[in-house]
Amino acid sequence: MLKGRHLIEPGDFTIEELESIFELADQIIANQDDFMDICKGKLLASLFYEPSTRTRFSFESAMMRLGGRVIGFDNPANSSVSKGETLADTARVISCYADIGVIRHPREGTARLVSQAVPGMPIINAGDGGHEHPTQTLTDLLTIRHELGACSGQTVGVCGDLLFGRTIHSLVKTMNRYDDVKFVFISPRELRMPEYFLSMLPEGSYVETDSLDDVIGGLDILYMSRVQRERFVSEEEYVRLKDVYILDNKKMAHAKKDMIVMHPLPRVNEIAVEVDDDPRAVYFKQAKYGMYVRMALISKLLGVA
Amino acid sequence: MINVSQLKKGIVIDHIEAGHGFRIYKELHLDRIDDPVVLLNNIPSKKMGKKDMLKIETDVELDMDVLGLIDPNVTINFVQEGKVTSKLNLTLPREVVGIMKCKNPRCITQYEKVDKIHFYLVDEEKKIYRCEYCDAYTRFIEE
Repeated sequence: MLKGRHLIEPGDFTIEELESIFELADQIIANQDDFMDICKGKLLASLFYEPSTRTRFSFESAMMRLGGRVIGFDNPANSSVSKGETLADTARVISCYADIGVIRHPREGTARLVSQAVPGMPIINAGDGGHEHPTQTLTDLLTIRHELGACSGQTVGVCGDLLFGRTIHSLVKTMNRYDDVKFVFISPRELRMPEYFLSMLPEGSYVETDSLDDVIGGLDILYMSRVQRERFVSEEEYVRLKDVYILDNKKMAHAKKDMIVMHPLPRVNEIAVEVDDDPRAVYFKQAKYGMYVRMALISKLLGVA
Repeated sequence: MINVSQLKKGIVIDHIEAGHGFRIYKELHLDRIDDPVVLLNNIPSKKMGKKDMLKIETDVELDMDVLGLIDPNVTINFVQEGKVTSKLNLTLPREVVGIMKCKNPRCITQYEKVDKIHFYLVDEEKKIYRCEYCDAYTRFIEE
């Protein structure tokens, strides 16, 4: 039962609960008209303490497509935080008006703190600093299900910044809960998966390499990620590492015919524009799946489907 | 050595590392109970050279978890009618509430007042705990 629950990190839900969300997303994709009014009369509070057009639009369009309405802000200067109000108090007040809340905040752990302040109103974490962004993971999993049929049994290559990549950590942690998933971690030595993270994975479930060319032929999924400038103290180091991996048609020629290429977007240089026309490139479709999975999530948490 | 009469009923916390006694006194909130409490500092010990000791004459139940964190080597004796009736061996608590602060500079608890942060034990040997909010690891360091 997901009604009334919070989603702060993917681990808050069991695999069965996640699958129930994906199944509802499948139904929404198949028959959108059947769901266009199920949130009629419901209000979603969209609390964006830092800018994020993509995620905010995805949530807001999801709610509107379910017939619900949205209130909120996308600039903390427009909230009572500028008057010195605590987050917990802001949340308690908003819970008097809205049925469900979505929060993005630059500080890690904020969504959990807010959810504790409003036990009666479901809170969805839309990103809390470098910590978690669970609906991105739900988006990735729904994409994999639709493009490849299932999350189990896949060999997943993750490439780029594996040290700081929040999206990648969350995806790997969640995919690891499915059966028979193998990981190939592709990164320069400086951006390897953190040791503590590797120690959580079962022995034999992953390999590490710095060569995308060597491993691309064995992958079912290639998840590319951006090297983020803001994570580096030295600009020189950033420049040296940012373009280590560029996926182009030449590399794609060595990949399986049914491999899919994913990316949380925005991309910088890590995927050449020429790859966009390859049918295996699904990163723009991901955004659409993201809206559907958020529609399913909102419906489940509100208990309307 | 100062002579403090034998405890009739209550708890004796012995083998406290010299200097830790007052911290334990504070963390057990012994200032809030009405019963007699004696804190002995720097008393001679064959085993330890010097040690601290606490004698608490009370029926009040105390949260001993915190002791495992501050000084897991202490001995806790429960006394009834002047005799030790049971001893408690300490381990590091699995969960710590309201004692530690998160060391992650990006954690929301650095910016918003949170009274009782829960921390969960990750590494017993290194006394490393995970913050309930940001999941960052923090090592417990005695003040």
